[in-house]
Amino acid sequence: MARGPSSPVFLERRSYRRRRMQDAQRLLPVLGLMLWMVPTLWPSGDEAGHVAMSGVIYYIFGVWCVLIGLSAWLWRGLRRSAEDAASDPKHDP
Amino acid sequence: MTASLNLLIGVSLIYVAFLFAVAFAAERAAVRGRSGWLRTPLVYTLSLSIYCTAWTFYGAVGYAARSGMEYVTIYLGPSLVMIGWWWVLRKLVRIGRSQRVTSVADLISARYGKSNTLAIVVTVMAVVGVTPYIALQLQSVTLALSAFAGPPAADGSAGLNMLSSGFWVAAGLAVFTVLFGTRNLNANERHDGVVIAIAVEAVVKLVALIAVGIFVVWGIAGGVRPMMEQIDASALGTWQVDRSRWAALTVLSAAAFLCLPRMFQVLVVENDDERHVQIASWAFPVYLMLMSLFVVPIAVVGLNLLPPGSNPDLFVVSVPLAEGRTGLAVLSFLGGFSSATSMVIVATLALSTMVSNHVVMPIYLSLKPGGASMSGDVRSVILRARRLSILLIIALGYLYYVLSGGSGALAAIGLISFAGVAQFLPAMLGGIFWRGATRVGALSGLCLGFAIWVYASLLPSFGQGAVLPASFFEVGPWGIGWLRPYAFFGIEGIDPTVHAVLWSLLLNTCVFVVGSLLSFPKPLERLQGAQFVNVFDHSGQARGWHASVAASEDLMIMAQRILGAAEAQALFRAAAREQGMIGHLPEPNPAFLERLERELSASVGTATAHAMVSQMVGAASVSVEDLLAVADESAQMLEYSSQLETKSAELSRTAGQLREANDKLTQLSVQKDAFLGQISHELRTPMTSIRAFSEIMRDAEGLSAAEKTKYASIIHVEAIRLTRLLDDLLDLSVLENGQVSLNPATGRLDAVLDHAVITAGASGDGRLRIVRHKTTADTMLTTDMDRLGQVFINLITNAQKYCRAEAPQLEISVRATPDMLRVEFRDNGTPIPDAARALIFEKFARVAEGDGSGAGLGLAICREIMARLGGDISHVPQASGNLFVVQMPRAAALAAQ
Amino acid sequence: MDKHVLLVEDEVNIIEAMSFLLKREGWKVDTHSDGATAVSAIRDARPDLVVLDYMLPGKSGIAILTELRALPDFAALPVLMLTARGQLRDREEAERAGVNRFMTKPFSNTEVLNAVRDLVRV
Repeated sequence: MARGPSSPVFLERRSYRRRRMQDAQRLLPVLGLMLWMVPTLWPSGDEAGHVAMSGVIYYIFGVWCVLIGLSAWLWRGLRRSAEDAASDPKHDP
Repeated sequence: MTASLNLLIGVSLIYVAFLFAVAFAAERAAVRGRSGWLRTPLVYTLSLSIYCTAWTFYGAVGYAARSGMEYVTIYLGPSLVMIGWWWVLRKLVRIGRSQRVTSVADLISARYGKSNTLAIVVTVMAVVGVTPYIALQLQSVTLALSAFAGPPAADGSAGLNMLSSGFWVAAGLAVFTVLFGTRNLNANERHDGVVIAIAVEAVVKLVALIAVGIFVVWGIAGGVRPMMEQIDASALGTWQVDRSRWAALTVLSAAAFLCLPRMFQVLVVENDDERHVQIASWAFPVYLMLMSLFVVPIAVVGLNLLPPGSNPDLFVVSVPLAEGRTGLAVLSFLGGFSSATSMVIVATLALSTMVSNHVVMPIYLSLKPGGASMSGDVRSVILRARRLSILLIIALGYLYYVLSGGSGALAAIGLISFAGVAQFLPAMLGGIFWRGATRVGALSGLCLGFAIWVYASLLPSFGQGAVLPASFFEVGPWGIGWLRPYAFFGIEGIDPTVHAVLWSLLLNTCVFVVGSLLSFPKPLERLQGAQFVNVFDHSGQARGWHASVAASEDLMIMAQRILGAAEAQALFRAAAREQGMIGHLPEPNPAFLERLERELSASVGTATAHAMVSQMVGAASVSVEDLLAVADESAQMLEYSSQLETKSAELSRTAGQLREANDKLTQLSVQKDAFLGQISHELRTPMTSIRAFSEIMRDAEGLSAAEKTKYASIIHVEAIRLTRLLDDLLDLSVLENGQVSLNPATGRLDAVLDHAVITAGASGDGRLRIVRHKTTADTMLTTDMDRLGQVFINLITNAQKYCRAEAPQLEISVRATPDMLRVEFRDNGTPIPDAARALIFEKFARVAEGDGSGAGLGLAICREIMARLGGDISHVPQASGNLFVVQMPRAAALAAQ
Repeated sequence: MDKHVLLVEDEVNIIEAMSFLLKREGWKVDTHSDGATAVSAIRDARPDLVVLDYMLPGKSGIAILTELRALPDFAALPVLMLTARGQLRDREEAERAGVNRFMTKPFSNTEVLNAVRDLVRV
């Protein structure tokens, strides 16, 4: 994100945290893509050491749940920090 | 079976009536302004579920039964897009809101300079791309109906007539969509009723699928563990995947999620609050996960339970039916029906908006030579265009259904559609993230990608030899081997879907980028590009119009026809009020025209609105280049005139300075004259007396001794007065010129005061009583003691001369701070009048009548001395008497000498 | 009957000298030293000659002269103006105001007595 020339160089602790949470939110789909592409590395079909379908189901839906959980957690955190910032902009922890 | 089929049709009709009632109630509530509950994050999230169509409802199970886990990629892509909303969605939604974008075609056309050519191309591509998808819905619903009707007999007599039932389904959907979507022309292209209806349908389909899933897992298989064992033991028991398809389909579904016209409609156009996107970022993946959770179990149970050869696309309905659960089967059918109807409604609504805004309206406008103002009610034209477009699109879907024979697997058709609309992706993403993207690049990329898709994906879907001759697939068109539809550039062995997606998107992107790099955008394109890419920096509109030509009345007439009379009048009145004008018609200034164009674009699309306003404003002849040229010219003139202004400002500044200097000189001259006059007067007056009396004493005879003494003493006094005057003048001159030499010394302040009192007392008449407050007896200071004493003497002498009180008295007190000393001389005489106070420190200012012995230079000299000593002297107005205050630093930093 | 002169002057010593000189010539001498009330003093005294100082406290000699000339009875009254400022402009100003004789201080006693004799032919 390009910041305007007037943006401060250092942010207060909480805005810093918020920025990092936004970064995490941006990286989440990358993580998801990587995790969901892992099955393409597994031996498939008749290849030796094949993986049982139930394991695949557990893995894919497990990743899904983790991503949803992380996304919801980040959303809550961001919402709360946004509300805090809105209600008390001067407070410095 | 016929009974249950009739029941099914009855239930469907009741369900549709229920949906209609919900939508109607929602629109009523919205009209009455109570739409808060209509626009919640939950409703937004549920409305996104139109992604899950009948294809996903029925087809996913069939897909799983055929290809195992691969079906899940269709859900993984959108999940990733939603979780990564921060990347693209946020920006799309913001642009959509700030630019009042009505469709994906509108977005792309607006981005690339409000180009209608581009809008038409995108519209055509969208219609062609989505048609298979609509056919898919028809196919799924008729298939599901056929499941209730029983398997078609070998002679085809007992089964359901697939074509006619497909037709009735299509007709029903068309009527439903027309009734829902085009009841009125919404100001911002939002459909509260439709959104609520599809939210309800989202719940119905989720509940239906989960109900079937629960029935399958716990009712048939007997729990999660036995289910998993059954899955592992089945034909789908091992992980089998085409790795390229897995990756390609994930990417494709993500792209399609953004590009599908119906998804764009609910994601961007119907979005009411950007924060809803944030909530949907995790809530919608939950929905998708739940929708896909029971797909494999249903597929496995269906494979085990039903006779071989059963259509796996129908397992969702046929498994409950086989188990005798008709109620569950009906619910399941309703779920599929819901999926189909909601998809068709939103998709055709989105497409019809595009068709009417970008195809019908421009043609209509160009056919009417007078422009929009001359024609009839444009509003009804637009509505009619929308309705016709809806019928046309559904008819096309039915045609595809008939042509493709309703034979292909649902999943394959869906993927073709996905690949078609995914062609928008480079132009769309490039448009919102890259300012260098141009119309030429977008147009060529889109056309090439679309052509490849048609050639390598759409046409082959009708079957080899159906549209494309079979020879094409074997040796290539006209024997050109590297153009074989499934093996571009001779690279064989790629899965046909992956092949089409890969090549179309790759070449699309390449041509888009290269075209953009090589071409030069028009000014409006560059403006729009900046607006789109930097949408978070400024959410304003591109500047375009300058119009004094456009009559507000014409604009009003046009706006009334498009927005409706009441809304148009309200808009114009509000604008007039904002401009501070009385009446209903605002000045057609650029701001207003932009706003009007934006409002119009919400109804007829960006390009059309632009064209209409430009017809009004400049008789359709004012191009943006012209406008920019005018702007350049006026900028130059502005610069020139500002230069002139600068120059004239400089001149007047110089003149002002000269005038000031002149005033100062005049003033100086007046002061000099006054000063010379004063000096002359002060010198000549004593001289007159001296001369007169000396002549008298010389010439007159018979003067008495007393007279002689008297006249001699007058001469003497006047001579002294003259001398003192000359002394003072010299003193003042030296002080004023800064040539005075000061002799700093350290001593007691009291000693200086004592000396002054004694010296002054010697010359006075002794009437003045001097009161000393010796509170700070030993205050020390460093300064020129003689000069300071001179100031004190002067003040005491003045009091002696001018204090006219009965018992004249002078109080002298000292206040000391660590740095400063303050000596106060307070007399009880008549206060100096306010008007004179300003003058007393000036030369020759004698306020009170005195004995004439002073030249009026005393206080002027005092002021000069105090300035040299780093302090000051001031007169403080008192109720009675006068107070002179002398202030100085304890250690004088003596002023430059 | 003695001729009557009014000295309008604020400098004590000059009054002293002028009174001495004019009395010795046989003039009846009255003095007035405040500019502000000078006009009414002249009207009351109805002198044959006014010796007027240019700079007076309260009102300038020019102003007094201008006022005096505006009164019909005093339009032709001989006025000798004395000034210590000695500037050419003052003389022009005084002549415009209708002065009969303008002299710059210091002057010789003979000079001033000749001027008085010119103005009022005894």
